[in-house]
Amino acid sequence: MTAQQVRTHAIDMSSVLRNKGTQDTRSETCIKVENLNLFYGEKQALHSINMEMPKKKVTAYIGPSGCGKSTLLRCINRMNDLVDSAKIEGKILLDNENIYDKSINVAALRRRVGMVFQKPNPFPKSIFENVAYGLRIQGVNDKRILEETVENALRGAALWDEMKDRLNDNALGISGGQQQRLVIARAIAIEPEVLLLDEPASALDPISTLKIEELINELKEKYTIIIVTHNMQQAARVSDYTAFMYMGELIEMGSTSQLFTNPTKKQTEDYITGRYG
Amino acid sequence: MMKSWFKSGAPWIWLNAAAVSTSLIMIVGVLGLVTVRGIGHFWPSQVMQFNYMEEGKQPQIIIGEKVDTSITPAAMAKSTGFKMAENEETLVQYLIKTGNRDVTGSDFRWIQERNVKDQSEPADIMVVERREWGNFYGQLLEVKENGKTIATGEQAWPVVQARIEEALAVFKEIAHLEKKEIGAINYGLERLRLKQRKLELKNRLDDAAKQQIAEEKAGFQEQYKQYQAQLAELYQKIRRDRLVAKTENGSTLEIPLAKVVRAFKPNTMSLFEKIAHYGTKVVEFLADDPREANTEGGIFPAIFGTVMMVMMMSVIVTPFGVIAAVYLREYAKQGFTTRLIRIAVNNLAGVPSVVYGVFGLGFFVYILGGNIDQLFFPESAPAPVYGTPGLLWASITLALLTLPVVIVSTEEGLARIPSSIREGSLALGATKLETLWLTVLPMASPAMMTGLILAVARAAGEVAPLMLVGVVKLAPTLPLDGNFPFLHLDRKFMHLGFHIYDVGFQSPNVEAARPLVYATALLLVLVIVGLNLAAIIIRNNLREKYRALEG
Repeated sequence: MTAQQVRTHAIDMSSVLRNKGTQDTRSETCIKVENLNLFYGEKQALHSINMEMPKKKVTAYIGPSGCGKSTLLRCINRMNDLVDSAKIEGKILLDNENIYDKSINVAALRRRVGMVFQKPNPFPKSIFENVAYGLRIQGVNDKRILEETVENALRGAALWDEMKDRLNDNALGISGGQQQRLVIARAIAIEPEVLLLDEPASALDPISTLKIEELINELKEKYTIIIVTHNMQQAARVSDYTAFMYMGELIEMGSTSQLFTNPTKKQTEDYITGRYG
Repeated sequence: MMKSWFKSGAPWIWLNAAAVSTSLIMIVGVLGLVTVRGIGHFWPSQVMQFNYMEEGKQPQIIIGEKVDTSITPAAMAKSTGFKMAENEETLVQYLIKTGNRDVTGSDFRWIQERNVKDQSEPADIMVVERREWGNFYGQLLEVKENGKTIATGEQAWPVVQARIEEALAVFKEIAHLEKKEIGAINYGLERLRLKQRKLELKNRLDDAAKQQIAEEKAGFQEQYKQYQAQLAELYQKIRRDRLVAKTENGSTLEIPLAKVVRAFKPNTMSLFEKIAHYGTKVVEFLADDPREANTEGGIFPAIFGTVMMVMMMSVIVTPFGVIAAVYLREYAKQGFTTRLIRIAVNNLAGVPSVVYGVFGLGFFVYILGGNIDQLFFPESAPAPVYGTPGLLWASITLALLTLPVVIVSTEEGLARIPSSIREGSLALGATKLETLWLTVLPMASPAMMTGLILAVARAAGEVAPLMLVGVVKLAPTLPLDGNFPFLHLDRKFMHLGFHIYDVGFQSPNVEAARPLVYATALLLVLVIVGLNLAAIIIRNNLREKYRALEG
């Protein structure tokens, strides 16, 4: 970025933040990460992370590419279990229960912690079946319950009006932005406690992005949301708390307005003013 | 000049195009030859009458169809022993199908064009297709009922047609009684015998059981007697009529109508009659059993056997291959061992098929089948049940042969499914198994179908291993019939590929069978195309449904 761009960038940021409440109302902790280390084979990807994420708030992870923010996010619903070489030390407490405990049923955990990925990944099924998928897995086959849940989930994802007449169409036939909201509907259909969003708008056009952001604002009334983004305006717009990560370490975390206007660490300031990253 | 032409790349394009055209020409050639020869066989050709006189011999009359013409240069003809005049440049010979094997001893003869004094197509020449001795060519003289002449001359022809019609109906009835009804009785009696033997072996054959078996046996025999009486009546009916005909050398021949399939006068047939005749011949070819050591009649059992075997093979190979591929791709830890297994699987595809046949015979038939017989069918010893080649072992052997194809293409299909789809399912709380069943496997199904298509294409054309593990020249019964348990996996069966080999090269009457080879080959190609088309349509439907992969 040139100096000029940096300046306008900073101005943008403050105008965005002005509209947000700056008071820091501490709420109940939902997820607590304690001393988390993650290794991919020999390489350490996360270095003793400690953080707390409050209930029914939006927490954003920002940082340059490869800083480990997605890796950290995927730890929260144990998606990293799928990577053979990944080794995890430390604890993540969800409602004071360590999700890496041996007694934890991973499938049940993932039902509590839903996830939406960077690229929309609807299944090649009908729109209805996509949203009903999670319920079907749980053995719900009652048509009335399914219909009700699908409608609620689609309404929750602000998709009902667009989709109500084409529920039986293949989900692959709708636009990317709609697909991403469909995937969110699919995630909230099973009523998780936490929603993990991994750069949910990075593959979308600006209007779809806006819709997703509005959706996040609505969803936080019911769900604890953690969002990974490399778009700082987005983090500033949608989140209550922001964590800045760099090289696998958590550099700084605080309320969004504080972190963007008054960062305590030099690295954070450099990043948000666009000096690197 | 030349150099710049080479540099332009044009020769390379020409070379590529030439390779493609050559392949195309060869495919079209193969299909064309097979089609023309195979389709032409059923067309009723004109029957010629030749006045023929060889040097120094009595003149004679030859009646028959011209099948082939050969033209030999004079020098070559001379060296093979023909006397050639000075002014003759070539020797022209015709191959004539004269039929009447029971009179002359052979169906075909070569004649020289120079000895033909004149030739004509008399309207009154009749061709009789018979169940024995091949075709008859000659003139109809009269029709006899129980030895008494009932029609002669002009009136004989319509009478003979009507009587043949009658005889055919009776023949059909006889065949039904013998094959279906009496076949079922024999099958039942055999089962009773085995039941008795089984009880004997177990030392549980008490008086009550004995009596029950005896009663059932008596029931069957009672039925058999009834059928026997009916049959005797029918046989008498069918043997009633005969036709009398004059052969080319002037002798007369009596042909019992019981042995006649059809009689027609090709020289007087109109185009429509010929087309109708052609149609019935084609239907006969597709739907009837073979006659006369497979050189006449239909090939239905071979079609049935081929399709049945391919289906059985598909039913065995698909689940087996898919499960193996799922383990290799989804569950096994990728590394040296899985690489080794993949190499082994790929190499299996290169093993000559006859080796599979030997393995099938040695392992499946003798070891597996032998043990099954010992364990489950001790009562039928010494006759083997599964310890002998049959449909089951043939299907399993071919399934083994085509397994690599299914594994490889299923694996490719699984590998192509984006991890985001799997993660999406897992993130909704699905277990790995649920993810596999609900999303991954359905999405990989087009790839599985591709594997199956390749497997079917390979299996349907395979002959060598089948000769060792279950195919026979003539199977008396189909592997599927009305006798419980309906599907008889232990039975031997007929196969189009083997039929071609058998008819073409093992038959006593090679000339007569040659057109049938082409017709059968054409049919084999059509069956394989049909099976493949069915699979391709299913695959395309699946592809349409799971189009996600391209995204």
